[in-house]
Amino acid sequence: MNEIQITQGLLLAGTLFMLGLIGVLIRRNIIFMLVCVEIMLNAAGLAFIVAGSKWAQPDGQVMFIFILTMAAAEVSVGLALILQIHHQLKTLDSDAASEMKG
Amino acid sequence: MEITFYISGAVAILSTIMVITRFNIIHALLYLVVSFLALATVFFIMGAPFAAALEIIIYAGAIVVLIIFVIMMLNLKGEAIEQERKWLTPQVWIGPAILSFILLGELIYIIGIGNSGAAGLPSQLVDSKAVGKSLYGQYILGVELSGMLLMAGIVGAYHLGRQKKKVIHRFLEQIEE
Amino acid sequence: MNLLWLIPTLPFIGAFVLVLFGSRLSKTMVPLIGAGSVGLSALVTLLVGVDFISSSSPSFDYVAWQWLDVAGLSSAFAFHLDALSLIFIFVITFVGFLIHIYSAEFMVDDDGYPRFFAYLNLFVCSMLILVLANNLVLMYLGWEGVGLCSYLLIGFWYGEEKNGYAARKAFIVTRVGDTAMAFGLFMLFQNFHTLNIQEIAAKAPQLFSVGSDTVLIIALLLLGGAVGKSAQLPLQTWLPDAMAGPSPVSALIHAATMVTAGVYLIARTHVIFELAPVALMVVGIIGAATLVVAGFAALTQFDLKRVLAYSTISQIGYMFLALGVGAWSAAIFHFMIHAFFKALLFLSAGAVIMALHHEHDMFKMGGLKKKLPVIYWTFLIGASSLAALPLITGGFYSKDQILWLTLSGENGNIWFFLVALLGAFVTSIYTFRMVYLTFFGKEKTHVHHVPGKLINTPLIILAGLSTLAGFIELPHNFFHLTVFSDFLKPVLPSIAVQEGFESIEYMVQMIAAGVSVSGVYVAYIFYIVKPELSDQLKSSAADLHQFWFSGWGFDRLYNFLFVRPFVYLSSINKSDVVDQLYAGLVALAEFFHKIFSFTQSGVLRWYIMGIVIGGILLLTLGLIS
Repeated sequence: MNEIQITQGLLLAGTLFMLGLIGVLIRRNIIFMLVCVEIMLNAAGLAFIVAGSKWAQPDGQVMFIFILTMAAAEVSVGLALILQIHHQLKTLDSDAASEMKG
Repeated sequence: MEITFYISGAVAILSTIMVITRFNIIHALLYLVVSFLALATVFFIMGAPFAAALEIIIYAGAIVVLIIFVIMMLNLKGEAIEQERKWLTPQVWIGPAILSFILLGELIYIIGIGNSGAAGLPSQLVDSKAVGKSLYGQYILGVELSGMLLMAGIVGAYHLGRQKKKVIHRFLEQIEE
Repeated sequence: MNLLWLIPTLPFIGAFVLVLFGSRLSKTMVPLIGAGSVGLSALVTLLVGVDFISSSSPSFDYVAWQWLDVAGLSSAFAFHLDALSLIFIFVITFVGFLIHIYSAEFMVDDDGYPRFFAYLNLFVCSMLILVLANNLVLMYLGWEGVGLCSYLLIGFWYGEEKNGYAARKAFIVTRVGDTAMAFGLFMLFQNFHTLNIQEIAAKAPQLFSVGSDTVLIIALLLLGGAVGKSAQLPLQTWLPDAMAGPSPVSALIHAATMVTAGVYLIARTHVIFELAPVALMVVGIIGAATLVVAGFAALTQFDLKRVLAYSTISQIGYMFLALGVGAWSAAIFHFMIHAFFKALLFLSAGAVIMALHHEHDMFKMGGLKKKLPVIYWTFLIGASSLAALPLITGGFYSKDQILWLTLSGENGNIWFFLVALLGAFVTSIYTFRMVYLTFFGKEKTHVHHVPGKLINTPLIILAGLSTLAGFIELPHNFFHLTVFSDFLKPVLPSIAVQEGFESIEYMVQMIAAGVSVSGVYVAYIFYIVKPELSDQLKSSAADLHQFWFSGWGFDRLYNFLFVRPFVYLSSINKSDVVDQLYAGLVALAEFFHKIFSFTQSGVLRWYIMGIVIGGILLLTLGLIS
C-alpha cells in the first residue's frame, strides 16, 4: 500500500484548525463558537494521531485521549455557562456579554 | 489506500465548511457529526483504531448529543435562525477569513519545511492493547488527573448551571401585590 | 560689654516664646513677656553703653559664630559696637520699650494680642541685628527681617482686604530697593572680596580714587536700597498706605526705626559715598525733593495718621539732605530727636483715634483740649518739636543744625538751603493745622474712652525726651555744646564750615525761627480765626489740592507705568504657557487612553481576533528570523 505522507496529514489538521478558527471569529452565537472550538480541538488531536502513527508509538493516541477528556469536561462546563448567559441576558449573542468594556 | 485518505479528508473539510456556514444550529451539528465520522476514518487509515472508536463514541456520540440537548432545552424559536442570517453578513466573515488564510499559509509553509516521512498502516498499526499498556503504565498520572478534571467538570457544570431563585421577603411580596 | 549679644537675643527669645505659647498665656503674661524682653534689652543697652562710654576704645567687636565661609565670602554672626550703633540701639530699645508698654493697653482688646507682641519683638530683634552687624550680609539679614515684620504688622488686621494690599504694596516697593542693594553688595564683594564693613572702609580709599565709576555705581545701588526702606523719592508710595497698621506699629516701624535704616546704611558706608561725590549730590537732591513733595502732600490730608506719614517722609528727607551735604552727625542727631517726637506724635494720634472710637478724619475731630488733657499737652510738645519752634524744643536744635550746614557746609549751596527753609515753613503749617483741627474748636465727635496709665506714661516720657534731648548739641554761637558730634567723631567725619559763613549764623537762626513761628501763625489764621479761608482756597485750587492730596500723583504714575502693563501681560498669559505644557501632557494621556480603551470592547470575538493576529505576527517573526 502507499504510504500517506505525514505532511498531508498535518495539512489536513491545519486546514481543519483554520476552518474552526474562522468559525469562532465570524459567528456571534455562543453555541456556534463552542462548536467551532470543538472542531479546533479535534484538528489538534488529528495532528497528534498523525505524529504517533509516524513513530508507531501509542503516545499519540494517549495524548488524543487526554484531549478528548478535556474537551468533554470543557463542553459540559461551557454549556452550563451558556445556560446561565441565556438565563441572565435572555439572548445568545456573545456581543451582549460585553460589560467588561472600556 | 491513499485515495481513501483523500476522500475522507475532502469530506471532512467540506462538512466543516458547512458547519460554519449554516444558519440553523441543528443542521450545523449534523454536519459536525459527519465531519467527525470522516475524521474517524482518517484515524483508521493512520493505524489508530482505538482513537477512531473513541472519536465516534465520545465526540460524536456524547459531546454533540449534549450540545443538542442543551439547544433543545433553550427552546429557541424560529427567529433564532433569522438572527443568524442577519449576523452572518459578508462584511463579518471577510476579515477573519483573510486572517485565517494567512495563518493557514504559514502553517503549510512550516509543515512543508519540516522533515517529511511516511505514516500509515498496517505494519504500523497501534492497537488498543498498546494504548492501554501505555496509559496505565507510563501515563498513569495523566489518567488520574483526567479523572479529577472530569470530576471538576461535573461539579462545576452542576454549580454553574444552577439558577437560584431570587428570594424576596414576604413583606415586599405583599407590597408588590 | 560682653553682654552685647543679649541685646538682640532677648527680644528674639520673647518672640519665640510668644509664637509657641502665646495663645495659651494670659492677657497679663503676654505683654509682660513682650514688653519685658525689650525692657531687659534696654537695660542691657544701658549697661553696655555706660561700659562703652567709660572705656577708651572707639569700637568693640563681638563674634558669636562663623556663619558663612564659602568661595571667599566669609561672613560671621558678629556685632560691631561703636558710637553710631550705640546711638541706634539706644533709640531702638528705649523707644521700643515705651511703645511696647503703650501697646499693652492699646491692643488689649484685640484677638491677636500675643501675635502682635511676637511680631513686634521679632521686629526689634531684626532691627538690632541690622544696626549691630559688622558685615553687610548680616545687615542684609536684619534688613530683610524688618521688611518681613513690617509686612506682617501692616497687614496685622488681615481680615480687611485693604490692609493686605497695603502690606503687599509696602513689601513690593521696598523689595525694589532691596534688590538694588543686593546688586550693590554683589559689586562690593566683587571689588573688595569681603563684605566686612570695617575692612571695606579701610580698603576703599586705597582701591578707588575719588570719582571713579565703580564706586559711583555701588553707591547709587546702595542708595537705591536706602531709598526703598526710608520711603524717599521715588519709592515713597508705600508709607502713607502703611498707616493701615495699628498705631504702635506706625510709631515704631514707620517713624522711629525701620524707615531710618536707610539713613543708617548711608552713614555706615560713608566711606563709599565720600569716594563718589556725585552720589552724595544725588542723595542730597533726593532728600531735598522728597521733603518738599511730602510737605505739600501733608498739607492737604484729612486723615490724622496720613499727615504724620507724609511728615515722616519729609523729615527723613531732611536727614538725607544732611547726609548729602556731608553733615553726617547732624543727620544722626536729627534721627534721634525725630524718633522721639515722631513716635510721640504717632502714639498720641493713636490714643486720640482710640478715644474717638476709630475716627481718623481730622475734620470730624475737635475740642479735645479739655477732654484729653494729657494727650493734648504731649501732642503739642511733639508738634512743636516737629515744627522746630525755637529754643524750647529739641527739634529746633537738630533741624537748625541741618539748615545751617546745608548753607554753610563744604558741599552746601544756597538752593538746598532755600528748599529746606520752604520745607520748614510747610512743616510748621501742616503740623499746627493738625493740632488746631484735632484739639481746638467745636467737639464734633465725642470721647468714648479716656486712655489709661499705660498709654499716658510713655507719652509723657517721650515728650520729656523730645524737649530735653535737644540740649546735648547746641550751636556754635550759643554755648557751643557738641556732646553729640564729639561722641560720633571717631565714626563719622565731621564737616567743616565754609569760609566767611560764621558771621551769618545768627541771621540764619533768626530766619529759621521766624519761618517756623510764622508757619504756626498762618495755620492759626486759616483754621482758627477764619476757617472759611481754607475752604475757599481749597475750592479755588481744587486741581492742585487733588494733585497734592494724591501724593503728587505717584500712585497713578506707577499704576500706569508698571501695574497696568504687568496686569495686561498676566491677562494675556492667562492660559499660562508653562501650564499648557502640563495640560498638553494630560490631553495626550487622555488621547491615548481613549485609543487604548477602544481595544477593550468587551466583545469576545474581538479578543479572539486579537489572539489570532498576535499568533500570526509571532509566527511571521519566527519565520523571518
